[in-house]
Amino acid sequence: MMELPARAAAAAITLFARFITAVRADWRGVEPVPRQRIYFANHVSHGDFILLWSVLPPNLRRQTRPVAGADYWLKSPLRRFIGRDVFNAVLIDRDRASRKDDPVAQMVEALDGGASLIVFPEGTRNETDAPLLPFKSGIYHLARARPEIDLVPVWIDNLNRVMPKGEFVPIPLICTVAFGAPMHVSDGEEKTDFLARAEQALRALSNDEEDNAESLAESRAENQEQRT
Amino acid sequence: MMAPHADLLKLFAGLAAVLLIASLAGHFLARRYSPDGSNAVIENLNARVNAWWVMIIFMGGALLFGRTGIILLFGFASFAALREFVTLTDTRRGDHWALAASFFLILPLQYYLVFIDWYGLYSIFIPVYAFLLLPIVAALRGDTDRFLVRVAEVQWALMICVFCVSHVPALLTLQIPGYEGRNLLLIAFLVVVVQSSDVLQYVWGKLAGRTKIAPRLSPSKTVEGFAGGALSATLVGAGLFWMTPFTPWQAGALSFVIVLMGFFGGLVMSAIKRDRGVKDWGHLIAGHGGFIDRLDSVIFSAPIFFHLVRYWWSLT
Repeated sequence: MMELPARAAAAAITLFARFITAVRADWRGVEPVPRQRIYFANHVSHGDFILLWSVLPPNLRRQTRPVAGADYWLKSPLRRFIGRDVFNAVLIDRDRASRKDDPVAQMVEALDGGASLIVFPEGTRNETDAPLLPFKSGIYHLARARPEIDLVPVWIDNLNRVMPKGEFVPIPLICTVAFGAPMHVSDGEEKTDFLARAEQALRALSNDEEDNAESLAESRAENQEQRT
Repeated sequence: MMAPHADLLKLFAGLAAVLLIASLAGHFLARRYSPDGSNAVIENLNARVNAWWVMIIFMGGALLFGRTGIILLFGFASFAALREFVTLTDTRRGDHWALAASFFLILPLQYYLVFIDWYGLYSIFIPVYAFLLLPIVAALRGDTDRFLVRVAEVQWALMICVFCVSHVPALLTLQIPGYEGRNLLLIAFLVVVVQSSDVLQYVWGKLAGRTKIAPRLSPSKTVEGFAGGALSATLVGAGLFWMTPFTPWQAGALSFVIVLMGFFGGLVMSAIKRDRGVKDWGHLIAGHGGFIDRLDSVIFSAPIFFHLVRYWWSLT
């Protein structure tokens, strides 16, 4: 159970995130039910997992742990408090040369402890104009290690405009967190095939792709228009 | 906290009665024709009625707290509207400071000026000072790509979401002889006329709508719906003269202006939505789209109503 200061901080952070982004969950492919999952999302800002975490129902939040870089989240006492105590993050060492623990093993251990995970398979924040960076292989090894657990793609939209790199005042803008249909690694699926499939599943949730879906839903929208 | 005026209580009792009837009717319709929630029109109607309850409770709560409550309520409405508006603009990183200033300096300052009743400044603060200063801030960032479009979008967002909306609480500052202490009722009058016009146009459109007014902009708006809704809302406004400083004829004429501005305001905001390729501004209120979807008629009618009343009735 969380300590009181951590709970208060969690509530304050969630409230602030909602104030700035009026964030809305779009449960397209899954329902918000208590089921063990690995959420994998696009990564543009440090606020990503906070936003994803905020839209989960409270009972799911408690058992959902973000996977984050130890180098960032252990740097100062405040970050350590937020990363460890508030969000109970699984902190991994991203430096291949110096690390002692295997990140995949750490994530598997957290899954075996009953937690759901939030992972960012791009490995670092995407500061380019491309929608996604190429996925690192960690998610493939994780999927192979626990193939029965649902992998849920999650597209976080607009947060890069709220707080572009190098700015420290967030601009209030409406953000959406879209949850896609769960996927699994198939028997004998090659790493590159799986990573391509996972990237595709995530990109399909982004707004550019949504435009296509929207034209399909035109008739429904027409209906909506009738009432305004 | 101040004691609410008797007329205000009367008005709220009346609104609650109307909503109660609407809720009961909606409940009955849903049980009869849409037990499994499959009839979209009835579900939508009930979502609207429920959102109305929320709105009237918020309005009522704010009115109880008098001037401070009203200013905070509309300040927050401005914030939410600006958040929706800017989301749909094509602003870039180069606009970051200008946008931060819009949200965290200009918006609170505008409402503070209304609060301290500095008419000379709040009536020109955004059209003059923000208009000139924000492009300077944007220019200093050095990004010239689509510069004119971007600064125009920011200015439009502020005018619509902050300047126009702030004219609703500004009604509290008018000094009308013989009407002292009752200005809250002017806000209630404006909001009730605008909203009943929206509802009545919807009802008339559903019952008798044939000829589309602006098929490309807003396929649901019809000549019959507009005429029926506008005239009946004007009658509603005239019937509310007892809570205003106006005679029944004056109340009717002002209502007519409010209704016209509200209607065309809705049209303009629809054009912006079409341009941006969205159906709703946001998703804040269930069944009502975003904040701006509900506020669009108030946005366009509030400044005009304010200035008409100020010119002909107010001492200041």
